[in-house]
Amino acid sequence: MLASLLRIVALIRKEFLAVLKDPRSRFIIFLPPLLQCLLFGYAASFDLNSAFYAVLDQDRSSASIALLARLDGSSIFHRQADLRRIEDITTWIDNGRVLLVIQIPQDFQRHLMAGEPAPIQVIADGRNSNTAGTALGYVQTVVDDFNADWRAHHGQPGPTLRVVIRAWYNPNLDSRWSMIPSLIGTLTLMGTLMLTAMSVAREREQGTFDQLLVTPFRPFEIMAGKAVPNLAIGLGQATTILLVAQFWFRIPFVGSFIVLYCGLGLFLMAAVGVGLFVSSIAKTMQQAMLYAFLLVMPFALLSGLATPVSSMPDILQTVMVINPLLYALDLTKRVFLEDAGFAQLGSDFLPLGVIGLCTLAGAAWMFTRRLS
Amino acid sequence: MTGWLAKLRRIRALTDKETRQILRDPSSVAIGIVFPIIMILLFGYGLSLDVTRVNVAVVDQDASADSAGLVGAFRLSTYFGVTMVPSLAQATTLVMNRKVDGALLIPSDFTRRLHAGGAELQILVNGTDSNQARIMQSYAQGPVASWSARAGGASAGPVTVVDRMWFNETNNSRYFIVPGLIVMVMTVIGAFLTAMVIAREWERGTLEALFVTPMLPGEFLISKTVPYFGLGTIGFVLCVLAARFLFHVPLRGSLLMLCLAAAVYLLVALGIGLLVSTLVKSQFLASQLVLTLTFLPAMMLSGFIYDLRSMPAVVQWITYALPARYAVSLMQTLYLAGDIGGVVWLNLGILAAMAAALLAATRLATRKQLS
Repeated sequence: MLASLLRIVALIRKEFLAVLKDPRSRFIIFLPPLLQCLLFGYAASFDLNSAFYAVLDQDRSSASIALLARLDGSSIFHRQADLRRIEDITTWIDNGRVLLVIQIPQDFQRHLMAGEPAPIQVIADGRNSNTAGTALGYVQTVVDDFNADWRAHHGQPGPTLRVVIRAWYNPNLDSRWSMIPSLIGTLTLMGTLMLTAMSVAREREQGTFDQLLVTPFRPFEIMAGKAVPNLAIGLGQATTILLVAQFWFRIPFVGSFIVLYCGLGLFLMAAVGVGLFVSSIAKTMQQAMLYAFLLVMPFALLSGLATPVSSMPDILQTVMVINPLLYALDLTKRVFLEDAGFAQLGSDFLPLGVIGLCTLAGAAWMFTRRLS
Repeated sequence: MTGWLAKLRRIRALTDKETRQILRDPSSVAIGIVFPIIMILLFGYGLSLDVTRVNVAVVDQDASADSAGLVGAFRLSTYFGVTMVPSLAQATTLVMNRKVDGALLIPSDFTRRLHAGGAELQILVNGTDSNQARIMQSYAQGPVASWSARAGGASAGPVTVVDRMWFNETNNSRYFIVPGLIVMVMTVIGAFLTAMVIAREWERGTLEALFVTPMLPGEFLISKTVPYFGLGTIGFVLCVLAARFLFHVPLRGSLLMLCLAAAVYLLVALGIGLLVSTLVKSQFLASQLVLTLTFLPAMMLSGFIYDLRSMPAVVQWITYALPARYAVSLMQTLYLAGDIGGVVWLNLGILAAMAAALLAATRLATRKQLS
């Protein structure tokens, strides 16, 4: 027992040396997650903070000017041009110079004064329909405000209803608050799974795996020796991102570090398990890399990180039950923002544990089979 | 003249060797054909920002005719699944346990304040998923507007907005995701696979073996580029077919321009793969670098999902250095808007310059290795 433990420790030490001794690979393990966390933390957002627009004001009345002043007054809309002709709309939209063109027809003020509906036309560049939809929503909000004021000043106050949104745990609905905790899981999954998948494949390709096999190591010990260092490196990466989240982005961490690290440990065990399983199947590094990539990519993109899981077809939602990142995202966000404890997170801990055990057992079985 | 012939013969022999190597390695065939198919199917169907039904728990503390009318408007909306609950505490529990996506609260003073001006409808959501919260907020405007229109007609005007979303009238998020997906597929095939293969040759020393032959660096580059270009083309064709027949994304530009754009971007991706692997000569490092330099930026910083216009200025500046940005813009414009000269030629020109620079740099790097 003790001898076995000593052997594992020796192997772990060797494994750490193999990965961390080369300055280039030290660099590649820690720098990219750091940079990615910073870049993607800023980039991955559906919040539209500024929108360029152009105006075709065919009315040029005090009412149309007042409406446009409201748009310009909202820090979001930036007027780029006053168009003269209808044909200009196509040019400005097609070339992507503006996101919106607002067209106010000639009899706008006359309609308003007569108490009739006064339509304005808003044309959006729908090449990114999501952004266009958000911008159109903002225009609607500005127009609603204008209408409320107009009615108040012209003595026709109908029933007014305000929709107020109250969000628990993220009062300003800052998308960064949910994005950056999500990056902890996403970036470490990529690093850990790839690193693990490569570590065995590299030894196999360089022939050192055979040397390892003729030593007194049992397959289980080799597995442990491969799993532990990668898990530790994953935790190191996760901690780096956690520090950036707290000290750079200042996302308030309200939960418990013990719960978070237990969750991350289980998640990384699952990631390492998947990595080892991949490397037990692959014959060359290239294959290991490709298989790992083939798994990481859908894991990352279909985890709810970028687009909501509920928008995916049912069959994909079912398949993604095996995606460890799905649970890790839920877990990190809830610990981070909600202070969720072990009791609430059972639905994340359990699947992560199952994935970890299944893949590790599968990898061990594959290795033993290869040996005999 | 004979020199040229010999050169051509050498290139042909090397290309032939490279092609056979691809065909005989199941993992390269996997990446060239299986990979694009999996990516297109998974992400084409899986990545969607479209409208889905949100389930809400409704607490009506007012229980008046007005509030019942408002609840009715939400029931009628196809976007909302309504569950009535008697107390706010119950609604809160449902939200917290993720049984519903959010709660609607109609406060007890709803009717009273409605006519005094300033009634409130509260949407309570778990802000942990800020995107979901935002979606609910915008969906709620529909039923609220239709209710107010019936209740007093006032909030429907006087100014009404007639909005038109050009290029994507039905607001289908696949229209912009699928063109971006083509860029992703070509990035993976072009950069990732090439980098792996060449780094492997360096690691195994088979490149040194090639260098003692009369082959010149330029010939070596061509022979490496051609087969992977072919593989990338297969991926591209599969993508175009899927976009047309599976996802029904309209192609408003010309097919010729689309192919040209794809070819130029593929050269950029190949250039990155070749350059990185020539510089680092290790499969692990090459794969990680390519992942960091091409795949992740193409996913996050190109306008594929996240709009560049939503990013802070500094990040936007960084994206100007990334080829995927130009490629995504090209594909989205060619697919949805058409052959818009101003957009297409500018992006195409920048990509062509990048391709030339990358291939030249690789050539230079390879020559240094030879001496």
